[in-house]
Amino acid sequence: MTDASLKTVEIDPYAALQDKEPPRAPRNQWLDVWDQFKKHKGAVFGGGFLLFITLAVLLGPYIWNVDPQKLDIRNKDARPIWTLIWDSSAKTLWHRPFGTDNLGRDILSNMIAGGRASMAVGWTAMLLSLSIGTAVGVAAGYFKRLDGLLMRLTDLFLSLPILPLLLVAVTLFRQPLRANFGPEGGMFILIVVIVGITSWMQTARIVRGEILALKEREFILAARSIGTSPGAIIRRHLLPNVVSPIMVSATLGLAVAIITESALSFLGVGFPSDFPTWGKMLADAVPRMEEYPERVLLPGIAISLTVLGVNYLGDGLRDALDPRIRGR
Amino acid sequence: MLTFTIRRLILSIPTLLFISIVIFALLQLAPGDPMAQVPLTVPPEVKQKMREALGLGAPVHIQYLKWLNQFFIVEPQFLIDWMTRNSFLFGWLPDTQLGMVYDVELEKLVPQQRNISWQTRSPIMDIVIQRIPQTLWVVGLAYLVGILIALPIGIYSAYRHYSVFDQTGTFITMIGFSIPPFFTGPLLIVIFSVTLGWLPSIYDTTHVVNDWTSFKYQLSQMILPVMVLALQTTAQISRYMRASMLDNLNQDYVRTARAKGLKEGVVVMVHVLRNSMIPVITVIALGVPSIFGGAIITENVFGVNGIGQLLITALFANDIPMVMTITFIFAIMIVAFNLIADVLYGVLDPRIRYD
Repeated sequence: MTDASLKTVEIDPYAALQDKEPPRAPRNQWLDVWDQFKKHKGAVFGGGFLLFITLAVLLGPYIWNVDPQKLDIRNKDARPIWTLIWDSSAKTLWHRPFGTDNLGRDILSNMIAGGRASMAVGWTAMLLSLSIGTAVGVAAGYFKRLDGLLMRLTDLFLSLPILPLLLVAVTLFRQPLRANFGPEGGMFILIVVIVGITSWMQTARIVRGEILALKEREFILAARSIGTSPGAIIRRHLLPNVVSPIMVSATLGLAVAIITESALSFLGVGFPSDFPTWGKMLADAVPRMEEYPERVLLPGIAISLTVLGVNYLGDGLRDALDPRIRGR
Repeated sequence: MLTFTIRRLILSIPTLLFISIVIFALLQLAPGDPMAQVPLTVPPEVKQKMREALGLGAPVHIQYLKWLNQFFIVEPQFLIDWMTRNSFLFGWLPDTQLGMVYDVELEKLVPQQRNISWQTRSPIMDIVIQRIPQTLWVVGLAYLVGILIALPIGIYSAYRHYSVFDQTGTFITMIGFSIPPFFTGPLLIVIFSVTLGWLPSIYDTTHVVNDWTSFKYQLSQMILPVMVLALQTTAQISRYMRASMLDNLNQDYVRTARAKGLKEGVVVMVHVLRNSMIPVITVIALGVPSIFGGAIITENVFGVNGIGQLLITALFANDIPMVMTITFIFAIMIVAFNLIADVLYGVLDPRIRYD
């Protein structure tokens, strides 16, 4: 027998239970979400572009402070400066980088102002439809008595022909709202309200489904057993748990609202003609698009890229907010 | 299944009534005046008479019931008359004698009160019948083309999940989702009509197809609107197809099919495809009304004088009966295709049991 075999290893029975490194603070859930979100390249680009556009239309007027309405008839129909690359004889103005329109208005400042209108309509209408949808969904999911009625209502709204009704409503209610709130304000209210009340149904359905499943879980039972009121249960326990589907449908809602506003403007029932929005600029440029294709392309690309960015953002959010996919 | 269909049919009646009330209320609440275009020199009492002639004097509920009567009883008669105009069945309905009815008091045939358009003074169904073929040709063909492109793309990108093809396909469908038709329309016109000069930019509805040259012209003028509409359809349906294929490709029955030595083509194109088509077919059915709605913009861009363009012109002319009727036709299509989708789902998938 050697000494080595005699040497018994002292086993500390508690060592296996101890942490090898000092315990860290629990990781924030949103950090996990951010990590997963960063993996989706398209979503990062989309979110970045949306941020860029939003900042551009918010801060743009301070950096490029040319009045979008100012007529400069001597300098009308200038081409954007990049036309010089292939056509050195084109009429361009260095102080009008995107060119001017047929009344000599600066296109760059019009793009910024138009983007402001489009984004404002998009965000407000999205928030409105989101709050209606969430309210209806939570009420239908949590209160059994309201469920049948509210879901029936949702089905009815889903079978309304949206675009024709939008057109009808906008054409018919334009005058009184303009008289009461001014031409721009009235139109803004009208479009936001109409888009909001015709696009909440998907959100309501998704939220109701989630609430129905969550309601049966133990933590809700626990909350109820200590006497939490329904309102507090909804605010404290249910709403935080349905944030992710709401955020995903928010991105979809934003895209739909921007496109709807542009479509209405394009069909000539949107904002008044001296108030630029991207859809309006596109519609105004279509008759002369053979000579000045950039006037169609610029607002069109702006709308498309914004919507594309929002859609990608929604795609990435859906992946990032789903805990089953996260970490893979 | 039959009971389900019947129950759904009965349930769709209150839905349609609700929609009709919404449409009617919207137009009633709206402050537009159809007399706004009448010259100011017309004295007020004449104007009042004109209003009454349009049926505007009656109380609201009478107006509503009259409209329902017009829509569900009188208008279909015009449709039936039109459909049977060249056959022996013409005039089989007792009181469709070209819009004449027998008046008991006067003891002779008098013109029937019709749901007439305030613009053209003719039955709305007559105008709709004139316009529908253009819409059907363009929209229907676009939908068909879209589906035919979308299905193979969806199948292949699901089969080669995360391949270059899949990534590109996803990107292109995202673009198809995001670019609105009122931008793709002008864009394609700039490229194909203005720069290249290959295709006409305006749809000529009066064009008659009677020989090969005119047929080629008809084809060339349909390409652009069909392309614009098909892009949207393709984007949507190929996504659904891909998702549905992905769901099915990992199922146990696929492994079984491969294990018993079936060829890969048979596994994918027969076993998986048939199962994946079930939800896709219902999505296709559900998408039909929405593409008609989306066609409003495309028709406007290309000057196709279809039903969407009719709606826009009627709106601008304050022609309320026309607007109500067309909007309601859209609503009926939505309800009908929802029903079709539900029934199809049950028919195609034996696992689904409605009771």
